[in-house]
Amino acid sequence: MHYSIFSLARQALLGHRGWTAAWRDASPKSSYDVLVIGGGGHGLATAYYLARHFGIANIAVLEKGWIGSGNAGRNTTIIRSNYLLPGNNPFYEFSMQLWEGLEKDLNYNAMVSQRGVLNLFHSDAQRDAAARRGNAMRLHGVDAELLDRTAVRRMLPFLDFDNARFPIEGGLLQRRGGTARHDAVVWGYARAASDRGVDIVQNCEVTGMIREGDRVVGVETTRGTIRAPKVALAVAGNTSRLTAMAGLRMPLESHVLQAFVSEAIKPLIPGVVTFGAGHFYISQSDKGGLVFGGDIDGYNSYAQRGNLPTVEDVCESGMALMPMIGRLRMLRSWGGIMDMSMDGSPIIDHTPLDGLYLNAGWCYGGFKATPASGWCFAHLIARDEPHPVARAFRLDRFASGYLLDEKGQGAQPNLH
Amino acid sequence: MRIPCPFCGNRDVSEFAYLGDASAPRPAADAPDADREFFEAAYLRDNPSGLHRELWYHASGCRSWLEVERNTRTHDITKATFARDRVRA
Repeated sequence: MHYSIFSLARQALLGHRGWTAAWRDASPKSSYDVLVIGGGGHGLATAYYLARHFGIANIAVLEKGWIGSGNAGRNTTIIRSNYLLPGNNPFYEFSMQLWEGLEKDLNYNAMVSQRGVLNLFHSDAQRDAAARRGNAMRLHGVDAELLDRTAVRRMLPFLDFDNARFPIEGGLLQRRGGTARHDAVVWGYARAASDRGVDIVQNCEVTGMIREGDRVVGVETTRGTIRAPKVALAVAGNTSRLTAMAGLRMPLESHVLQAFVSEAIKPLIPGVVTFGAGHFYISQSDKGGLVFGGDIDGYNSYAQRGNLPTVEDVCESGMALMPMIGRLRMLRSWGGIMDMSMDGSPIIDHTPLDGLYLNAGWCYGGFKATPASGWCFAHLIARDEPHPVARAFRLDRFASGYLLDEKGQGAQPNLH
Repeated sequence: MRIPCPFCGNRDVSEFAYLGDASAPRPAADAPDADREFFEAAYLRDNPSGLHRELWYHASGCRSWLEVERNTRTHDITKATFARDRVRA
């Protein structure tokens, strides 16, 4: 069913009794051309672009719970392409451009809102780093503006500019950045993929990989054996568990990242703001809640819940940035399991096993990458060669030394 | 989460710094395939969902390196010993 003002008017007249399910909840067949493991944003986007642009429609997306129940539903919904490194920047800008046309492409309201992303700086050294990143962005054709203190004050008068320790000196602004409604992204991709014949199979957990020599030819699941010449992993924090079934060790650790939302208040924060003297990012949802987050807890975890010291640390950063949020009550907090790579950048590549494709290592930047990740992964699966903007996301870069360490932090996940 | 430090007793996790997997020893520099061994020790991880042996440093306490056995699904800690005991053994 095509969604438009006319379908809405028609259904309004019919008492809204004619809406059909947005996508088909399929039962698995015994074989497919491509199996995508993981029914989050990345997996569903991969299936959609495979069907839409690469001419492969005999696809199943296998999800162990319900679609969007993992990190796709646990992030802080920020989209941006303010990256420094030439291996990263064109990829995230490609993603940004796909976000800009996403709703028309999917015929689904993903509530993409380009309300701006502002990274604050608090010292001369940070200003230099921001100017350098802004210049790198502009050289790649991405919009970036360096704001001084006055311009930031005009935009966000409520910040603690004269903080004794971390005075706000300005910020790097990407106006095209913003937020999108994370669940709607999942549902939009699911609906568009399902319309093109993709089977979305829920409550179907992969329990084993079927290998024939150095080839992966299918998977064992809780809903039976499913075979396919190409098996594609988009399972975020569970990547190491699944590759272990095929006998592979990964340059990944799974860590818990917490996110928070406050009670709803009237419109206050116009865009996304990040604190430069700690790790803290905040925006306001359309429902009015302040959505914010900070660092990962910093130890290996599959628990989808974190500990209180990190909650305290995040809230302290928030208080240092805008002390008035101390008057707000926190409504909810939750944890997601990040696939932290050892250099902080993702992997979209073949694995040493034929027929097994890998999309992982998104650390805590996976949501903004959803469209480009799906497109580039589909490109790799369909053509067996990397998409031009994702060439640097190689699995063997850790052995070869071509690391993509955006902040130069070193080979330890809890530093990124 | 509290870690039962063998010297200081049960202490809050915020006193500790985390290094990671304790099962990746530093390879010998003169090993025949030291390149591969260093790559594996620096980058590859089992990353188990369940029991995990890991190194924690009691930075705001006795400043000992500890080897902790912790369940990554529940955060339950079953064992904490001085890391040096294993190195000396």
